Amino acid sequence: MASCLRRYGRRLSVSICEKRELSTACEGKVIQQQQQQQQQQTAKLLNLCSAINQALHLALETDPRSYVFGEDVSFGGVFRCTTGLTERFGKNRVFNTPLCEQGIVGFGIGLAAMGNRAIAEIQFADYIYPAFDQIVNEAAKFRYRSGNQYDCGGLTIRAPYGAVGHGGHYHSQSPEAFFCHVPGIKVVIPRSPQQAKGLLLSCIRDPNPVVFFEPKWLYRLAVEEVPEHDYMLPLSEAEVIREGSDITLVGWGAQLSIMEQACTDAEKDGISCELIDLKTLIPWDKETVETSVRKTGRLLISHEAPVTGGFGAEISASIVERCFLRLEAPVARVCGLDTPFPLVFEPFYMPTKNKILDAIKSTVNY
Amino acid sequence: MALAHLTSSSRSNLLKPLATVLSYTDSFRRPISTSTDPLTIETSVPFTSHKCEPPSRSVETTPQELISFFRDMATMRRMEIAADSLYKAKLIRGFCHLYDGQEAVAVGMEAAITKKDCIITAYRDHCTFVGRGGTLLEVFSELMGRQAGCSNGKGGSMHFYRKDAGFYGGHGIVGAQVPLGCGLAFAQKYSKGETVTFALYGDGAANQGQLFEALNISALWDLPVILICENNHYGMGTAEWRASKSPAYYKRGDYVPGLKVDGMDALAVKQACKFAKEHVLRNGPIILEMDTYRYHGHSMSDPGSTYRTRDEISGVRQERDPIERIRKVILAHDLATEKELKDFEKEIRKEVDQAIAQAKESPMPEPSELFANVYVKGLGTEAFGADRKEVRAVLP
Repeated sequence: MASCLRRYGRRLSVSICEKRELSTACEGKVIQQQQQQQQQQTAKLLNLCSAINQALHLALETDPRSYVFGEDVSFGGVFRCTTGLTERFGKNRVFNTPLCEQGIVGFGIGLAAMGNRAIAEIQFADYIYPAFDQIVNEAAKFRYRSGNQYDCGGLTIRAPYGAVGHGGHYHSQSPEAFFCHVPGIKVVIPRSPQQAKGLLLSCIRDPNPVVFFEPKWLYRLAVEEVPEHDYMLPLSEAEVIREGSDITLVGWGAQLSIMEQACTDAEKDGISCELIDLKTLIPWDKETVETSVRKTGRLLISHEAPVTGGFGAEISASIVERCFLRLEAPVARVCGLDTPFPLVFEPFYMPTKNKILDAIKSTVNY
Repeated sequence: MALAHLTSSSRSNLLKPLATVLSYTDSFRRPISTSTDPLTIETSVPFTSHKCEPPSRSVETTPQELISFFRDMATMRRMEIAADSLYKAKLIRGFCHLYDGQEAVAVGMEAAITKKDCIITAYRDHCTFVGRGGTLLEVFSELMGRQAGCSNGKGGSMHFYRKDAGFYGGHGIVGAQVPLGCGLAFAQKYSKGETVTFALYGDGAANQGQLFEALNISALWDLPVILICENNHYGMGTAEWRASKSPAYYKRGDYVPGLKVDGMDALAVKQACKFAKEHVLRNGPIILEMDTYRYHGHSMSDPGSTYRTRDEISGVRQERDPIERIRKVILAHDLATEKELKDFEKEIRKEVDQAIAQAKESPMPEPSELFANVYVKGLGTEAFGADRKEVRAVLP
């Protein structure tokens, strides 16, 4: 069976699975890296925006036909994820665009259709909606409707998403669910700096258009040992980051750290929780989650986006289809409330550790 | 309020060397601030026009109006600076986009229109809200997220609204307010009330596709909308020449006439808006480009000095500051003494401090407000509160 439950350790490890094929066009490079990795295992403590910055540097270095563009990326970007790129690669490869998201993505699709790697930045995920038509109608369907003659696989759209503590309506949204409804694109969300670097490099080198959401709360907050060399993490593979036997928790992005705290608290009450990082939202790794639910019999999903129509609904429905007779309790979803993302009420809106802990207990005691 | 020195200076020759060229027709000096005798002042910079006849440089005004310009702009300036300190003290959270430097646009526009005309703008809306009649208490409460705020504390800095004064906000998404503004104008045309809409946007938003869509429709249907581009030359960190092929935003309308106005001169703004209002009621949309400048960065998280030099900022402050200009005009015409103007400023400072103190006492909104006004009559969907067992709200 191709699914692999991987152990998560906080030591230096390049987690490239040898059993499954990487969905990238650079497999030769990966093998070379695996050999190299034996020799150079240097790593540095980096935060999320530095890890992403490193990934972008590597991407531009290794492919001369890759470009980074977006609003204000030239001086480093509002979150400093693109620092040093213009200085190193020049204004022809790293450049600012005017304030037009629809234009940015449309332009990126065209660039990618000519075989280049276009790495477009949307300044905040809340502003991605003018580009929604381009992503859904153009990018996602290009290969399909041209009978594989054309594609915009080189397109990667990066956008900071998620709550940041005081963002209010338009600097905190989590729009991943809208994009998960579109066959033809991939949606990837990293949980930490080390993951982000590997996943971003995989997304950029993946032959499909990818939307890469970066949890902005973690830009400075998350610090981790990140290997300095070029490495890629496989897409569409979920990772079990904490093993348990009583209940499976599934999440992504910044929410995982909250869920981990809830798991630790639940442990004190004798509930053993298994925590899975989905990483890629579409196409998502159903096997890993199913295997885990078959083991525990209970599922809880948590995300910041509003609960109705959020991606948790898809996970819940799929798992119920596959594991109905095994489930001991209804699938729980601890998510944002069904309101616009509030300003002052953010602590009420968010799926906090206590809400998750409460749901864990009520699911286990069903 | 009689001025002691008026009697001694009744001679008519009071032309002092100033940056602005002045001429006035009234040689009688009346008590300041209540006088409504007409005064004609010429703007220092002529209007540049595109596909229309520019209005005259001579602006009709009154001493009362000039004094009120000074007071209003000084209030706005003081308010924005106070908001800056509150943000740094973490009493205001989230995003805060300050308008200081651009006050002349808000004040000049108000002088030319009525409260029945509609204004809609982007997120740099604190001063526009005050111009529409908003109180300082409402401003500071909303900024701090309290109940006394104009949007009940639920909107924050970017979402100020005032229905009874036709102020439609207050929008966070760049450029999204322009098609909305054209829609307002459409409704106004239907109601035949001889009212117009002012849709404001920035030089950054001028490159949004929806602007051109809205412009086309407005011109096609002859809507009474005035599109005002507040060109402060920087779209966040990007200078206009980096973002726009043609930084002549007043010409961007192509088939829509345009006017370029010195946005740091409240009188020029008033003249242009008056002209624009008459124009659109007859001929359909017009674009006004206000050449203005913001002293602060884009928002409180932007120092404002990584993409422009401090010399540039202080240069503009010295040469073109809107409040200083009005002060010079007032003093040149002997409408008030320096001391009186300084007293105004002290009063304003006190008012602002009082408003802040009052706002701090206003409570945060009730938790039930979180679910209020999502829909009018909803699906009755359920939502969980902080504790899943206890609070299971059915959305109203």
